[in-house]
Amino acid sequence: MTPSKTGTPLVELRDISIAFGGIKAVDHVTVDLYPGEVVGLLGHNGAGKSTLIKCLSGAYQADSGDVFINGERVEIKNPRDARAQNIETIYQTLALADNLDAASNLFLGRELVGSMGFVDESKMEAETRKIMARLNPNFRKFKVPVSALSGGQRQSVAIARAVYFNAKILIMDEPTAALGPQETQMVSELIQELKAQGLGIFLIEHDIHNVMKLCDRASVMKNGQLVGTVNVADVTDEDILGMIILGKKPAKAA
Amino acid sequence: MTDKSHSPQTAATSEGAFGRFMRATEIDPRLLGMVGALLLIWLIFHLYGAILLDGGTFLTPRNLWNLSVQTASIGIMATGMVLVIITRNIDLSVGSIVGVVGMYAGLLQVEWLPPFMGLGNPWLWIIAVVFGIALGTLIGALHGSLIAFLNIPSFIVTLGGLLVWRGVAFLASDGRTISPVDPTFALIGGGPYGSIGSTGSWIVCALACVGVIWMMIRGRASRKLHGFALRPMWAEYTMGAINCGVILIATLVVNSYGWPKGILKDYYATLGQEVPEGAFIAHGFAIPVLILAAVTIAMTILMTQTRFGRYVFAIGGNPEAATLSGINTRAMTVKIFALMGGLAGIAAVIASARLNSATNALGDLDELLVIAAAVVGGTSLAGGVGTVSGAIIGALILVSLQTGMVLIGFGDGSYRKIVIGVALVLAVYLDIVYRKRIK
Repeated sequence: MTPSKTGTPLVELRDISIAFGGIKAVDHVTVDLYPGEVVGLLGHNGAGKSTLIKCLSGAYQADSGDVFINGERVEIKNPRDARAQNIETIYQTLALADNLDAASNLFLGRELVGSMGFVDESKMEAETRKIMARLNPNFRKFKVPVSALSGGQRQSVAIARAVYFNAKILIMDEPTAALGPQETQMVSELIQELKAQGLGIFLIEHDIHNVMKLCDRASVMKNGQLVGTVNVADVTDEDILGMIILGKKPAKAA
Repeated sequence: MTDKSHSPQTAATSEGAFGRFMRATEIDPRLLGMVGALLLIWLIFHLYGAILLDGGTFLTPRNLWNLSVQTASIGIMATGMVLVIITRNIDLSVGSIVGVVGMYAGLLQVEWLPPFMGLGNPWLWIIAVVFGIALGTLIGALHGSLIAFLNIPSFIVTLGGLLVWRGVAFLASDGRTISPVDPTFALIGGGPYGSIGSTGSWIVCALACVGVIWMMIRGRASRKLHGFALRPMWAEYTMGAINCGVILIATLVVNSYGWPKGILKDYYATLGQEVPEGAFIAHGFAIPVLILAAVTIAMTILMTQTRFGRYVFAIGGNPEAATLSGINTRAMTVKIFALMGGLAGIAAVIASARLNSATNALGDLDELLVIAAAVVGGTSLAGGVGTVSGAIIGALILVSLQTGMVLIGFGDGSYRKIVIGVALVLAVYLDIVYRKRIK
């Protein structure tokens, strides 16, 4: 806990553990997130960041530990439960069905249906055009499968999916990993905008400069355990790198 | 035909008149290619007969009517196999499901129920049909559950099913042939009495044309509502004319195939009359063909207009993404296999009715024709791609090859198998070439 944050956190993952075949991927980790805050999750590949976050998005179920949303304990057994809590996730793999177009992907699992219960394709396309006009005005390829899109265009479809449904809690797993400088800038601006709207964002990120620029706090993991959580403003990038590489918490942020 | 294609379309910058036509009418070029191949096959068989034998017999009302009836059971199953293959599974058991369902539905209406209900009871055929479809659905759901919850590959589960259900079908009657089936039940298989005649066929034709036009008007209205680009009016008229034209020609063909002399004689004998001079009673659409049409329409709506259809494509495109989007992929697998089993149940009813008996060999090797029909019809074994309408054309192509070979005198089986085998490989190769070109 950092002193600057008071009140009930938007999300608290308390004492989460999960093991795969005897290997403790996440080992008694506690992290939290407040409204209007970006918390970076950092660590080497295999440190357990993605696994931890999948316990919140419903892709995995923790072996032990609890998830609190607005101070209330909730059960998240599958992705549907997470969506019901207004938790949206942008996965590193983007989780897009390559053979479907942008609108079908955006509304996947939450299709708009007409009075007869049939999918309203035209309305979904119209809504997709609206949100894409806001997020990525250059986006034109509404009629083709997303396999025909560039990395940045695919990313914007995945982001649109998370933003469209009024998420309160957003999980972004390396959202800029496959992007060019211009698109990275676009994502950064979007994160600032969403933060201003009061969303809480967990950001898994490798690029230390992005962390320093975008995050309010950073939680660092190593070998499945939490090294510590620091206020980004109180530390240098050297400190954070030290936490990631050596697993050592800087003295002043303790 | 309403084609909802999930294959990429590229707009060429320099295109000829044909390209403009294709783009304006939004015809799926692959579907057009398949229809072209079908017509070519028909023409070759007909010309072979016309030139080398004593007259072409393929493109005659009689043969085309028979072709439509023979396609019914394979076509119905092929529409379900599309879903199975799109979701990266396979169902090898459908032929054996046809066998076991046909056998139990036969036993039920011939041996088990008549002692209690009396032979010819009007409920017999209804119970047999409902039972058959329910049994097929249950077997499919069982296969689906083994695949979804025990994570056994579908190839293995349904290969096991292929053996098990064929064995059960034999044991059920100790290998006897159950015959004849209930007379009303037999009508489902087609034949002169199992067809709806000339007037009925024209009514179906009119309804179908109205349906086509209504769909087009509705589609246009929906596009207008959301401000999307509309097809030019000439393209709308052309598509309407093509669709209604195909329905009209089909009706004309089935209405120009009259009852054979023997049936006419029987028919007038039951009326207590002599056969009048120049008597002509048209077959019209056969009941199994109407069932096939209804199944095709229902399955097309399911695949293009419902969430269920969306999820089938999503699972095929990226199973992980589908799960992460909150789709219950296991329940979907069970439902898809149950649906496939139910369709095999319908096919079993048609096949045993057509044969007027239930034998333990009913539907033998059908699974291969059904899978081949789906694949020839453009369903990708890699998953994620396929259409119901394509599978129907695939079924027509395969059944045409089968009956065509018989018609031109290569009916002993060996040549037939060779031709169908070559056609299957060739069709998939052409599809690969086509996909590469549009990339």
